[in-house]
Amino acid sequence: MIDRRMMLGALTGAAALAVGLSGAVAQTPPLKVGFVYVGPIGDHGWSYQHHQGLLAVKKEFGDKVETTFVENVPEGPDAERVIDQLASQGHKLIITTSFGFMNPTVKVAAKYPDVKFEHMTGFKQADNLATANIRFYEGRYIAGILAAKASKTGTIGYIGSFPIPEVVMGINATYLGAKSVNPNIKLKIIWVSTWFDPGKEADAAKALADQGVDIIMQHTDSPAPVKFAEERKIFAVGQASDMKAFGPNSILTSIIDNWNGYYVSRVKAVLDGSWKTGDVWGGFNTGMLAMGGYGPGVAADAKALADAAKDKISKGEFHPFTGPLKKQDGTEFLKAGEKMADKDLAGMNFYVEGIDGALPK
Amino acid sequence: MSMDLIVGILAGLLVAATPLILAALGELVVEKSGVLNLGVEGMMVIGAFAGFAAKVLTGSYLLAFPAAIFAGMLMGLLFGLLTQILLSNQVASGLALTLFGLGLSALFGAGWTGLTAGAFPRLNALGLPGSLAAGLDVLILLTLALVVATQYVLTRTRTGLILRAVGENHDAAHAIGYPVVAVRMLALAFGGGMAGLGGAYLSLVQTPFWVERMTAGRGWIALALVVFSAWRPFRLLAGALLFGGITILQLHSQGFGLKVDAQVLAMLPYLATLAVLVFMSRSRGAGNAAGRLRAPQSLGKVFTSTT
Repeated sequence: MIDRRMMLGALTGAAALAVGLSGAVAQTPPLKVGFVYVGPIGDHGWSYQHHQGLLAVKKEFGDKVETTFVENVPEGPDAERVIDQLASQGHKLIITTSFGFMNPTVKVAAKYPDVKFEHMTGFKQADNLATANIRFYEGRYIAGILAAKASKTGTIGYIGSFPIPEVVMGINATYLGAKSVNPNIKLKIIWVSTWFDPGKEADAAKALADQGVDIIMQHTDSPAPVKFAEERKIFAVGQASDMKAFGPNSILTSIIDNWNGYYVSRVKAVLDGSWKTGDVWGGFNTGMLAMGGYGPGVAADAKALADAAKDKISKGEFHPFTGPLKKQDGTEFLKAGEKMADKDLAGMNFYVEGIDGALPK
Repeated sequence: MSMDLIVGILAGLLVAATPLILAALGELVVEKSGVLNLGVEGMMVIGAFAGFAAKVLTGSYLLAFPAAIFAGMLMGLLFGLLTQILLSNQVASGLALTLFGLGLSALFGAGWTGLTAGAFPRLNALGLPGSLAAGLDVLILLTLALVVATQYVLTRTRTGLILRAVGENHDAAHAIGYPVVAVRMLALAFGGGMAGLGGAYLSLVQTPFWVERMTAGRGWIALALVVFSAWRPFRLLAGALLFGGITILQLHSQGFGLKVDAQVLAMLPYLATLAVLVFMSRSRGAGNAAGRLRAPQSLGKVFTSTT
């Protein structure tokens, strides 16, 4: 008995030693990567797509990374606290995924020079802070074409969140796309001052429909407007992720963000030490932007037009913001043939000529 | 402005106000019994999910709404267990209930987003004519009836009298033999059920789908409405209609291209609520120390039986 017990003890000891040794060999601890989301990962829109990126990172690197995410982080001072906390907990790469996290991210990045930061949709970089964005406006231009072709009333409804450049540029691109197939197209815009409030988004969609629009487009994050369009038997365009499930008949297409590739490449860069700051702005050509399948309301000629425009945009033969283009007040901001520079696009704070209503400041 | 549009605005206003009225009416009764339950948001979102899930599973609204009410009641009773029997702090427990409800519904609801519960029939499906009937539903009518019923029960019945007695002075109510804790538990169950129904209205009628956190702060607005109403059901109705009305009108005015900043318009409902609050508390009558905003005197206080 004693022998056996001693044997057992010795074996356990040896096993513990072996575990300890192998532990010592694989000493590099996993890279801690933190994600900060503005909405819930279950929004089936914006934050959902970013979370798909996190899952892709996990799948790609397995136990070489340890991921954390914080959802429903309000834009503003709270965000700074959350980002700071992630940094102080030893996260070496922190990805913040909403425009309103820009200044908090910049502040925290200055405080933790050995932590790498990635801010999505912003424009402020630092040595340890890179930015990336998707050329959503390319998708919006295509959606505008489809919307104008499908509209019988000639009026497209648009639910805006906040009048920041990203959203304003999307509205302008939508209008230009729509105008390219119907010069008389009208755009009705309602700002709801929130990224995520399904009830209010549905209310806004209803208000638009009551005022005679038959297409609902949105730059908010919940599928409520698509769902409303389905019930009202009008059309909608999905935002950020494929929203077909919410409006199988109403959906024309969805503008789909795909962050997976970018996040995987940035985590890889941190792991192999090649990470450098930068500013990536990817569109159709990079796969960061895709269009969902066309819904039953899209006619064959509309499909052809949309496909052709998408093809030209992804090959770089066409830019949705190509002059001559005027601002709402009539002043020209792009001369004939001139393409809008990225830095001007990133700061766009005016409507193009033809859009009614004042842009909130 | 065409007739259809006016009707559309009116219907939109009632739809936007209904979940607020339901949840706030429940909380009003709870506060009248002397309990402050800050967990309305949590109870609403649980109701939103429970109602949606029950509809998807059974296909029946007649089961879905009771399921939402039941789930809300359980939440209300959980709060009662914590604060009335275990005597924990009401403010902290209420905040915890909100966080718990949001978390629990997100956990259970993770796989349910994207499922469809169908469109809730409007009044025109029952054979009522007119475009207003096409925008209204039977729950809106039920909600209005509940406001009247609550007012009646609170002011005209013995049940209401006991409830108010417990809320005004629980020691005195206890001394003359009323079961304070039992009355409050019943009030909490009612409040939870109403919040659950309000949440289900959001997920089954207004949007109609389920997504986590879809109540988006409506529970907090309901709490504010109770104070705004000075604990009176009809004033609560007026407040909810005002709030819903300004919300819908500001959306419409943007559609018409009114040159007012969207942020200002979005702020209007809250601004109006504040203005009315200030107005009402300013005009307090002499000899009535707390003025017209007279809260139930035992509101939020811990009751321990001394006998």
